Formats: sequence, structure tokens, C-alpha cells
Amino acid sequence: MRSRRSLLLLAAIPVAYLTYFFVYPLVTILATGLLPNGRFATSAFVDVIADPAMRSVAWFTLWQAVVSTVLTIILGLPGAYVFARYRFPGRSLLRSLTLVPFVLPTIVVGVAFLSFLGPGSPLGLDLRGSIWAILIAHVFYNLAIIIRGVGVFWEQIDPKIEEAARTLGAGRIRVLREITLPLLRPAILSSAALVFLFTFTSFGVILILGDLRHTTLEVEIWRQATAFLRLDLAAALAVLQLAGVTAILLLYGRARKRETGDLPLLPPAEVARRPRTAGERLLVAGTLAMLLAIVVTPLAVLVSRSLSTADGIGLANYVHLINPPRASALFVSPFDAIRNSLGFALPAVVIAGTIGLLSATVIVSGRGRGGGVFDTMLMLPLGTSAVTIGFGFLVALDRPFDLRSSLLLIPIAHSLVAIPFVVRSTVPVMDAVQHRLREAALVLGASPRRAWREIDLPLVARALAVGALFAFAISIGEFGATSFIVRPSTTTIPIAIFRLLGRPGTFGEAMAMAVVLMVITAVAALGIEAIRGNRTGGV
Amino acid sequence: MKQTVLVAVGVVIALIGASCSSNSGTSEEVVLMTHESFAVSDGVLEAFTEQTGITVTVLRSADAGTMVSQAVLTKDHPVADVMYGIDNTFLGRAIDQDLFLPHRAAAIDTVPESYRDPEDRVTPIDFGDVCLNVDPVGLADRGLASPSSIADLADPEYRGTLVVEDPSTSSPGLAFLLTTIVTFGEGGDYPWQAYWRDLVENDVRIVAGWDQAYYGEFSGGSGEGERPIVVSYATSPAAEVYFGELDEAPTAIVDDGCFRQVEYAGVLAGTEAEAAAGRLVDFLLEQTFQEDIPLNMFVFPANRETPFPDLFTTYARSPSNPIVMDPSFIGENRERWLGEWATVVR
Repeated sequence: MRSRRSLLLLAAIPVAYLTYFFVYPLVTILATGLLPNGRFATSAFVDVIADPAMRSVAWFTLWQAVVSTVLTIILGLPGAYVFARYRFPGRSLLRSLTLVPFVLPTIVVGVAFLSFLGPGSPLGLDLRGSIWAILIAHVFYNLAIIIRGVGVFWEQIDPKIEEAARTLGAGRIRVLREITLPLLRPAILSSAALVFLFTFTSFGVILILGDLRHTTLEVEIWRQATAFLRLDLAAALAVLQLAGVTAILLLYGRARKRETGDLPLLPPAEVARRPRTAGERLLVAGTLAMLLAIVVTPLAVLVSRSLSTADGIGLANYVHLINPPRASALFVSPFDAIRNSLGFALPAVVIAGTIGLLSATVIVSGRGRGGGVFDTMLMLPLGTSAVTIGFGFLVALDRPFDLRSSLLLIPIAHSLVAIPFVVRSTVPVMDAVQHRLREAALVLGASPRRAWREIDLPLVARALAVGALFAFAISIGEFGATSFIVRPSTTTIPIAIFRLLGRPGTFGEAMAMAVVLMVITAVAALGIEAIRGNRTGGV
Repeated sequence: MKQTVLVAVGVVIALIGASCSSNSGTSEEVVLMTHESFAVSDGVLEAFTEQTGITVTVLRSADAGTMVSQAVLTKDHPVADVMYGIDNTFLGRAIDQDLFLPHRAAAIDTVPESYRDPEDRVTPIDFGDVCLNVDPVGLADRGLASPSSIADLADPEYRGTLVVEDPSTSSPGLAFLLTTIVTFGEGGDYPWQAYWRDLVENDVRIVAGWDQAYYGEFSGGSGEGERPIVVSYATSPAAEVYFGELDEAPTAIVDDGCFRQVEYAGVLAGTEAEAAAGRLVDFLLEQTFQEDIPLNMFVFPANRETPFPDLFTTYARSPSNPIVMDPSFIGENRERWLGEWATVVR
């Protein structure tokens, strides 16, 4: 147990960081919107609450997020299980591919989805403008959060517990319900909270696959702030959004309090094995088929679009990326775009990893001493609209340093979204480690320091690697918050895609650039798997 | 853990240091705030620096609406000295907020009178037209001719052929809404709301942005969709030729119902470099910059003395009677129109 004093000291850095880069800009922009002449604009709230259209937007925002989250959990858990427990050919590659959707710009995903669920659908399903298109896209985007967030935990739970229960006569379903799921509860809650926040603040998916009736608070805040230039209404809606997010996070905090925490964690990679029985093989095959349908097929559509040219299948779009047929300042060399993207992603990962790990330590050591409140505060940026954060930077960060047009703001904005991922993936493991340390010290008389170094540190490192991977993916694919920051002329990969899609005749090049983004993400994910594998004695 | 803390502190300090030192050049500097579609060839802004000793830093924003909101929020302590790319649909609001300092550009006499601001608060730099684009093949497949006016689109013949952008999320979408308001008027037997009701009846598809309309729903040119008529730009056929390396335009524009978008530049009030900022606005209207505009941004240079490139004279037909609207009139009514539009189509 850390002393109160060292805990406070440790908490100072993340608290200062979030206060300056999140709370302060947020409060400033809301005050700017709601106190236009130094007096509180009650009318903005009245307008928002009295407008039935706004009330229905708020209601839609909530229910679609709940349904999307539940669907993502249901479809993600089999994947988490199969990747955690079984070895099969192509496992690392497939697991890496599940992360790819996470980084893809929504307009690109929209293209892939509309080819299946649009007017020319081979399945005969035109889902445009229907709630199903939105829900499916949300699952596609967020599946990786469940697969990785729960998976990293699942692969460290000793299968012997389940086996013991089976030996004692419990059926599979009963073991799942009474043993496995309760053990996984903290990890599922953590990941579910992230999925909920992502879908609650959904923007691109809603714009592209939704219609005027299906719109979220996030979209409405943006519309008010940029099309209507009604900063008061935008601020009132942002307050409503924050209130919703806070309420949900408080519920989540209460649910989490009932965690047991007493978890027999294993060093990783000892658990996964080849499927043995026919049932196991069927389970693995079924789960993989589902992942192929939901995740891999849309990605394959994008690859095939990038290869389709006027003269049939070919690499012309890729050649044009490197060597554009027409000199135009519109084109950005993919190498520059990759360099710029990595230039933002690496600092974002370092910041998010550092602040996230510090925060996780504070949360775990500070249970019952304000750690929970701190935990909730960390999640808030994920549930805050991108316009609010971007505009907040603009009104708040001019003194003492004028950071408003600094390149630094981009990785900082990314880190605000990424920190919760680092925290959520490390806290459940650190909680378990905390218990073990006490046990080791009390029961076995072993030095807690040694137990930490030899067993627990690798466990935490694995969880941190997952968090860092998400931080990387968030940064490299992020477009929302970045587009509301006034930023120097640096073109990242998503911005290059956006520009290629901004003119007629460069669709193929945009698809090729999207494939570049996919490859970088998959390579990063494979790289993390390889590092994890080495550190823990091979996969 | 201590080491991690030290590393973190070190990184933050280093990054802050880097960001501060990058802003402390010795020569005079102006900051240009613009939208995401801004593109300029290498060497053009450098030519300005050579001429004047002033360096230009370009800051990007997402779109014109976001840019104006950002400028309004930072009015007292602006992030930039010059704004470029605000169009006539957003100008009214910016003028109301006194965002700009008057500046009479050196070459302002080369600009058509109708684009100019009588008080010279902003300087027209380029213009373009939002027009219906058609896919002749797709129309022929349905046994249809190209519509001769936007009124035709309400005809049941054209059912299911049109895709437009949402005016509250897209600039060409707003231009098309304004076109319908000017064409059908606000009163009378068949006001614009009635026209839109007919469009909805006729299965118009409304999407959030241009990219989605053109690539996702339009069947012509590089579009991947099924609908043969889309709200796009008069220069889109030329862009198809240019980027697709074609000899003939695969799409065409409808001459009726085009809306002229004029993009302006202005010196932002609150700048500490008013003279240098004015000099940059002058430069944007000079030949070096004006000649660079068409093939980078696919709009027309506002300076009448700037020749159009061959591509534009051959493939980018200028509509004969585009709608030109007074920015302050748009500014006064935009919010109301958007609200009414939403109730009609919802």
C-alpha cells in the first residue's frame, strides 16, 4: 500500500495534464457559449429542452449507443475467447486485422458498407438510412475493443478453474454463467464502457449511414456550431451530452464496485492451445466465419476497389499515389503522409502511455480514496464532442503559451481519447496484481518486489501493450477532433484520403491510400503481438 | 515508476519548447487561415516571401463553417492574420461579427463589380458554380434526357434519379437549397417548400456530404452509385477529365439552376501585422497566385486578367445565368431557411 502522500504526488501529473488540456478548455468553451454577455443564457437550455426534435435526438443517441454496445459485446466475446484460448493458423494476422476497422475513416467504411447494404447489394438488402446500417457499422468499428480488451484478460485466467468445475459435473453453459463471466466481469464492463462512449458520441457513421431522423447529439452539436453558428445551442447540447455521459459513467462506477478482484492470473501464452474436440473446432470455425463476414469482407472490398482501374485490375492507383499523373498540389506523397501520421502517433502513444499508466496506478492504489472519481473523470474526454474539445482548445490555450496553432495540440487531442484505453486495459490486470502482491507477501513470505518483477510486471506490460496499440490506432486514424483544431499544414493519412475524396476522379487513389492506412495498422498490431510473444516466451 | 514520471515530464517540456521556438522567427510572418480544400503549388507562397520578405504560415480548418466559428471564437486574440476561403454563404455572419478590417486590394479593379464588398472588408479571390451534374449514359439507360431546368426534377419521370447534399452539413447542398429558394421564391403558388415536398415525393436522396453524394450515389464519371443526377460543381466534368486522364468528359452539367459561390479573403481584426496581412491579400489577387488556382482548387480566378487553363476552356463550361445572391441576405435568412427545409424533408 502506498502512503497517501506518495499517491497524491503520483496523481498530480495526470490530474494537472487533464485539468489543463481537458477541464479548462471544456469549462472555457461552455462558458463562452452559455454566458454570451456575462449572463447565463437560460434560453439556450429552454430552446433545447422544449424542442421535440432535440429531445428525440437525445433519446436516439442514448438507445442506439446501448443497443450498439450490447451487440458489440455479444459478437465480440466469442472472438475474445477464441483468440485467448486457441491457437490456429493465421491467428496473429486475423487478430491484427480486427483492429484495422478502428482506424478507417467513416467515409471509406461507408463505401464498403454501401456496396453490401446499398442499392446494388448482392444480398438484396438496401439498409441505407435504416438503424441496422448504423448498428452494424458500430459493431464493425468497435469489435476490436471487446476482442482485445476482454481477450487480454481472458488469456490470463487459469483454464484449470473451469476444468475443475467441469470435472465436478457442471455443464458448459453453467461454467460460463457462474464462473467465467463473473471472472471476466471487470474486463467486460471496462470494454463496454469504452464502446458505449464511442457510440454515444458517434459522428461519421451517423452522418454517412444515418438520415435526418437518425442523428446523435454529437452531430447536432457540430451542426449548431458550424452550420448555424449557434454557439449557445451547441454549448447547451454539449452540457446535455456531458450530463448523459456522466450519468452512465456513475452507473458504470457503481457496477464496477462489486468486482471481486480475486483472480488467479496466469502468465500469458501458456493457456492457448490447439482446438482438440470437434466441438472446439466448430466453435473456432464459427467464430472465425463471423469475423470474416463482419470485419474481413468490408476490408477486402476496399482492397479490391483500390485495385480496380479503368483498364481492369492493376496497381495504377498505387502508382498514381507515388507518382501522380497530373502535377497538382492536391496530391500528397504517401511517404509524407505516413511520416506525418507517425510523427503525431508516436508522441500520442508516449503521452497516453505515460499518463495512462500513472493514472491506472493511482486508481488501483487509491480504491476507496477517490480513485473511482478520478477514474470517471479520465473517461469523460471520450464522451465529449470533438467540436467542443477542438473549439475549447482555441478559446483556452492562448495563455501563458499560445498553443492554439501548435503541432503539439494534435497528439494532445489524440492522447485525451487514448488515455482511457490505456487505463481500461491496465486497471483490471493491475487490480488482480495488487491482490496477488498482498497474498504473496502474507502467505508465501516471498518478496513482493520479486513477485512484481517476475510475474506481475510482464502481465501489466501485456495490458499496457494493448493500451498502447489502441493509442496508436486512435492517433493514426483520428480525424474528428483534429479537424476542429486549427492546425498547421501537415497532411496525415486520413487527411490525404479526405482530400482525394474531395474531387472527382481520384476515388481509386483514395482507396489506395486507405489500404496504406490499413496495412500500417495491421503491421503495428502484428508488431505488438510479436513483442508480446517474445517477452512471454513465444506464441 | 519514478523514471516514467521523469520521462513524461521531459517529453512534455521538450514538446512545449519545440512548439514555442517554432513560432519565434526573426523575419515578419503572417498566418493564413484557410479550409481543408486549400491547395497551392510549391513555390507560389515562396515567391511572395521573396517579393516582400514576409513568410506565410498556413493554418487549416475543416470547412468554411468551422473556420468562421473558430474566427468568431478567437476574435479578440486571433490565431491568424488573414482568412481565405470564406464564401458568400457564410460571409454575412462573419461581417455581422466584424471579423475583418477593411482593406482595398491593389488589384481589386480586375474583379467583377458584383462580387465585391462595397466596404472592402473582404476581397473576392475565386469563384465557382454549384450545378447539377448528369450521367448521360445512366439517363439514356432510363430513357431520359438531361433535365433542362431544376423544375424538371419534380416531374415523376425523374423519380429516383437525384442525389443532393444536406444543406446543413454541406456547402454545395446549401448552394442548391439557395438556388431553389431564388428560383421558386418564398411566396406564391409554388414556393420552394412545395418544390422540395415534390422532390421528397419523387424519392430524392439526401446525404451528408459531397463525397458521399458524388462517389457513393452518383452513377456518372468516377461515381460508384446508381443515381444519374447529382448536385456538384460546374468544373466537376473537367476534373474527371484531368484526374482520370480522359479525352472526353464522362459527365455534363445542367445549365439551369447553378449557384455562384465566391470565395473571399480578408484581414482579420485583431491582427498585429495589419500591413503584412494586407500585402498577403493583395498577393492572393495577383497573377502568380491567381494562375495557380484553377488546377489546384478547381475554381475560377476572380481576377479577370488571369487566363483560364486549356482544360477549363475546353471542359469546364461556365453556366450562362448563375444565381448570384447578396451575402447579407443569405446571412439574415440562412438559419430560418435551414430550419424550414428540415421540417419539409423530415
